[in-house]
Amino acid sequence: MTTNYMGKATSRVDGRAKVTGAAKYAAEYNVPNLAYGYIVTSAIARGRITKIDASEALAVEGVLQVFTHENRHKIAEDDQSYEDEAASPGSPFRPLYDNQIKFSGQPVALVVAEEFEIARYAASLVHIEYKVESHETDLSKVRANGYEPKIKRMEGFEPVKPRGNAEKAFQRAVHQHDAEYDLPIEHHNPMELFASTAVWEGNGKITIYDKNQGAQNCQRYIANIFGFPMDDVRVISPFVGGAFGSGLRPQYQIFLAALAARELKCSVRVSLTRQQMFGLGYRPNTLQRVAIGAAKDGALEAFMHDALANTSRYEDYQEMVVNWAGSLYQCDNMKFSYNIAQLDLCTPMDMRAPGGAPGMYAIECAMDELAYKVGCDPLELRLKNYSEKDQNEGKPFSSKELRACYRQAAEKFGWANRKPQPGSMRDGSELIGWGMATGIWEAMQQPASARAVLTSDGKLEVSSATADIGTGTYTIMTQIAAETLGLPLQDVTFKLGDSTLPQSPIEGGSWTAATNGSAVKKVCDAVGAKLFAMAQKMEASPFANLKFEDVAFSEGQMRLKNDSDRGVAIGEIMRHGGATTLAEEATSSPDEAKQEPYARYTHSAIFVEVKVDEELRTIRVTRIVIAVAGGRILNPKTARSQVLGAAVGAIGMALEEESVVDQNLGRIMTHNLADYHVPVNADVYDIDVIFVEEHDTIVNPLGVKGLGEIGIVGTAAAIANAVFHATGKRVRDMPITVDKLF
Amino acid sequence: MNPFSYTRSGTLENAVTEIARDRRAKFIAGGTNLIDLMKENVTRPSRLIDINHLSLNKIEETDNGGLRIGALVTNSDVAYHPQITRRYPLLASAILAGASHQLRNMATTGGNLLQRTRCSYFYDITTACNKREPGTGCSAINGFNRMHAILGASEECIATHPSDMCVALMVLDAVVQVTSNRGARAIPFAEFHRLPGDAPQIDTNLQPDEIITSVDLPGEGFAGNHSYLKVRDRASYAFALVSVAAALTLEGGVIKEARIALGGVAHKPWRNAEAEALLKGKPAGQDNFRKAAEALLSGARGFGHNNFKIELAKRAIPRALKQAAAGTPQSQTIKKVL
Repeated sequence: MTTNYMGKATSRVDGRAKVTGAAKYAAEYNVPNLAYGYIVTSAIARGRITKIDASEALAVEGVLQVFTHENRHKIAEDDQSYEDEAASPGSPFRPLYDNQIKFSGQPVALVVAEEFEIARYAASLVHIEYKVESHETDLSKVRANGYEPKIKRMEGFEPVKPRGNAEKAFQRAVHQHDAEYDLPIEHHNPMELFASTAVWEGNGKITIYDKNQGAQNCQRYIANIFGFPMDDVRVISPFVGGAFGSGLRPQYQIFLAALAARELKCSVRVSLTRQQMFGLGYRPNTLQRVAIGAAKDGALEAFMHDALANTSRYEDYQEMVVNWAGSLYQCDNMKFSYNIAQLDLCTPMDMRAPGGAPGMYAIECAMDELAYKVGCDPLELRLKNYSEKDQNEGKPFSSKELRACYRQAAEKFGWANRKPQPGSMRDGSELIGWGMATGIWEAMQQPASARAVLTSDGKLEVSSATADIGTGTYTIMTQIAAETLGLPLQDVTFKLGDSTLPQSPIEGGSWTAATNGSAVKKVCDAVGAKLFAMAQKMEASPFANLKFEDVAFSEGQMRLKNDSDRGVAIGEIMRHGGATTLAEEATSSPDEAKQEPYARYTHSAIFVEVKVDEELRTIRVTRIVIAVAGGRILNPKTARSQVLGAAVGAIGMALEEESVVDQNLGRIMTHNLADYHVPVNADVYDIDVIFVEEHDTIVNPLGVKGLGEIGIVGTAAAIANAVFHATGKRVRDMPITVDKLF
Repeated sequence: MNPFSYTRSGTLENAVTEIARDRRAKFIAGGTNLIDLMKENVTRPSRLIDINHLSLNKIEETDNGGLRIGALVTNSDVAYHPQITRRYPLLASAILAGASHQLRNMATTGGNLLQRTRCSYFYDITTACNKREPGTGCSAINGFNRMHAILGASEECIATHPSDMCVALMVLDAVVQVTSNRGARAIPFAEFHRLPGDAPQIDTNLQPDEIITSVDLPGEGFAGNHSYLKVRDRASYAFALVSVAAALTLEGGVIKEARIALGGVAHKPWRNAEAEALLKGKPAGQDNFRKAAEALLSGARGFGHNNFKIELAKRAIPRALKQAAAGTPQSQTIKKVL
């Protein structure tokens, strides 16, 4: 038996519970006398409700109440109460607040009944009259209205200052490429629908089983709005059936479930329908201009990236679309801008690699276009302009094994055999296209706390209020804790998804492994130190004259590092110390002094083969090879799954996904999974994931960088570039569907 | 979804009596489309008459050398039936090009014929739709119409029929057997579905009191030279942008008989006798196939987003005919277009 788990392919500790159905999701918690809510949403994009008649619905037997803006009790009205960790500057959406309609699909009433079917039927009897106002939902029509958001969402989201003179350098450049790339609205579409089961505890307390990416974020939201003392609200979310960022903010069903439970003094469940999921946030529509000037040999002389993205009328949603080129490529003259324009849609939300996925899609397509202008291999162009330091911040990288990514992935793919001419490679009736791109994502760390409780029977429970949205968080935290205290994996339990657990930020930004992993490591070390102090007091202790640094834990024992045969069982140490339980809590924060001097990023190189039917233009993505430099890989198995899933997401982004807005109605019409296409198994062929060796002692104590988003960054561009190589047709508006290749 | 009552019919007589009594009642078999329509409040039946226990679930030989497929035989059972795969592989292929395993396991033969359009506006009761609510207008005609009809549409409705199976049945000259209290009748497949005209709310020529009892296939199944080619936005589980069912009888490289039907382009599976006649007696080659495609698309009209379907169909038809002529029908599991 060995208790070294970090770096070992480990099956999900929660896998069995998930495949057997033992893992319960928000809408699966049943309590006695549960009432059911059904949401009524607006039919118009903009205007106001002039009349809302619920009498017919209320007359249906079994209906308990119909909540609307007219009859809800007084609750917080100020913007601040509605803000959350992932909010953008502005005035957050307040459900059932007033008669104003801000977007099509806005919740306007909640019907609560004894049975779900009764609520659903009664919802169809709520009659609403509107005063319709003209709407605008087309970003391309409001280009002139774009503005730089006055209040920044957070540091780093604003465009970096221009360097050199990009305009002038561009005009003078031998090779120029200047084009616009259009990425449509995309919805996260996790499998699990948003749902909340609000349990009214009877003593003014409320427990809410909810789908989210941050239980404490939702706890604060509910407490602030409804005026609950913080301790009276508990939000529980142990399993999440996919989220991709959609759970970073509390969604309106938790508000509605809490509202109804509080007013009816009973437990209430509210679930969204798939159609209603399209009334939640989304990846915004972006129009991006990328202009690159290069010398004869392809050396970059000017790089300009200007992005316009849509937001709502009430919040200035922001993400980092531009700036990436400044970290990735060496160029003295760079200029970036990022503007947003308001539409009559709900506020966008972070979706897997927000900013990075859209920004790098445009950048890496543009680099591919430049490679053809220069007449050099797309990979050569990247290597020629490889950045040894991040020019945006003027800092070296904490680690950057991107060269190894390029080399290993290109080798595995067989890139050297590529014929450069578009349409020059074929397999019978299919044109073969080989394309490549680069990926980059920030390696972030946030402060977080964790608790560890070790009992003398050798069982360890560690906890932190983060989420596992299918990423493998349960598993890697268990691995870290087990290895740190030298315990068998099965004796270690990790708990998350509960607002009563130690403080954690929302689960996003690929920071969870670094953030909560560091806290778990720290708290387990604290338990270890306590054990060490106890062990030193043992009679004839082999540790008597040693320091904590001299011991290590493995196979259930505390052992001398330089003589691993000498050790004492952990249970024995605790028995001698008279302790049945050792409990510790620790908070880990980023070591800013250590991190600040460096730019910290994850990198990837993606190589893609597509086969395009010459006549019909149908596209198959037959091979993807993606090499990732993501620091230390804690669990190659779940890590690979992360990257695979993101690569499949990129197939969707490149070829299938689009939330189509009917501009006449201001309404998203592809609001179901038949009309909104995501890849199916038949769309997915070989995906080869390589993890490149990368050691990073700066980024965080574990040396991990996070892998949740990197797999989608640049991958859609690699697919688009492969489609161009196959067909000679450059499609700059995603998704690339057959009609665009005619 | 509105409240409804439920009854189960044990006999055909009972089923047709029950449906004749209540104009707001609906038969339910697999329910793969009806339940969706009910959840979206598009269809609000007062009553569901469960016909799953009628004995309409057999595939039998007919006197004229064909096959009779009972209305309740599931799509999966048709697709994998040895007689179908041997004698009517085009039908099996078309079925397997549609929906998913799970849906095909539930969906029935009769129900497949009666499924309604997947037009996004038809399904969204907040929008105007002449098919759902006659007289309210068509949102698709000036809206998002990428999936919509290019042939046989009217100013009232540009919806398409979503079935794959029906495209093959159209080519095979199937006959739909129906019955009611008033007696039984046979409807040739080409006359079963209708064009929208000024009454788009009516999809078929089946009368409200009638029930489908079987779909009969004639003896000729074109097992030698056929293909079902479906072009869609992803490799599985997507409705056709354009699909082509092609069947040929060849004699030494010369076409004795050609049949072509299109899916995804009209309110019904689209066939054109003139286009087929063009191929008769001609060599099975690309030039002739292209001419047939042009003839099939004559009068085609796009509405903006769906303009590409005209060109796509013109490319897909010769391809399917080529596959049929070569005896290499399109595989529905290997997604490469042959």
